[in-house]
Amino acid sequence: MANDPIHQFRLHDLAGPVNIAGYEISFTNSALFMGIIVVTITGILLLAARKGALVPGRLQSVGEMWYSLVDNMVKNVLGEEGKAFFPLVFSLFSFVLVANMIGMFPYFFTVTSHVIVTVSLALFVVCLVVVVGITKHGLGWFKLFVPHGVPLAILPVISIIEIISFLSRPISLGLRLFGNMLAGHIVLKVFAGFVVSLGALGGIGILGAIAPMFMAVALTALEFLVAFLQAFVFAILTCVYLNDALHPSH
Amino acid sequence: MDPAAAKLIGAGIACIGMGGAGIGVGHIFGNYLAGALRNPAAAGSQFTNALIGAALAEGLGIFSLVVALLLLFVA
Repeated sequence: MANDPIHQFRLHDLAGPVNIAGYEISFTNSALFMGIIVVTITGILLLAARKGALVPGRLQSVGEMWYSLVDNMVKNVLGEEGKAFFPLVFSLFSFVLVANMIGMFPYFFTVTSHVIVTVSLALFVVCLVVVVGITKHGLGWFKLFVPHGVPLAILPVISIIEIISFLSRPISLGLRLFGNMLAGHIVLKVFAGFVVSLGALGGIGILGAIAPMFMAVALTALEFLVAFLQAFVFAILTCVYLNDALHPSH
Repeated sequence: MDPAAAKLIGAGIACIGMGGAGIGVGHIFGNYLAGALRNPAAAGSQFTNALIGAALAEGLGIFSLVVALLLLFVA
């Protein structure tokens, strides 16, 4: 059981099964960690903003870097009129980043390793693109699927491809984050399992366990990079997709 | 063939698709690096685009991982 790499993703109730109208809405370990994530983000940012010194200290620098990273991203991709979406992108980035980072601690639950969480976030983003696009441009927003300067003969094919690529966005956006987190944590667990099972052999087995031990350490470093990179990618793809809502005619 | 064995073989075959994603991500970063060495001044501004491309290519590889996981745990 200790070597089962999937065991870490198991959901379990913390406060007994609660059912409303046939749906289970128990308080699970996933819900607990989502709460921890929100408290962590709020705590770090409030502490960082508490002094508001002209020359920032260490914590305030972290907060300012965190803010300006997302601010630059939104400005570069969406331009000035994208400022209204800054709070959304910042919240998504912070949630995914802190969820990934908290998941890297041993025995902690990774919220983003569940496809329901990531695809919910992605579906929300893509539905928002449709709503914002139609409120801003009316039916003219559907020109997004009819690119400029395409010969009339191949236009229907291109339109169908554009529509399919638009519809696959929530799937790819959600599954990318889910797959990276899931695969990374399974790989870590598998290499840690090699160390345990080789070490249990004793003698030569302990010597053989040294290589997977260093591999596990190196992979942990890589996973921290992936945790940040996936949060960044999620946020920037959100910006790119929102750009379609604001400026549909490419 | 034993259905359980067929499932495991299918999951293994599905993971071959991840090799394609590896080739794609390698191409993107390789070409980014080649471009960055030719014109280091423009490299910083294009790193985000390289990451977007890598993420899009990687997402397709994740699909084959998901197919493998579906075969193992759902089908």
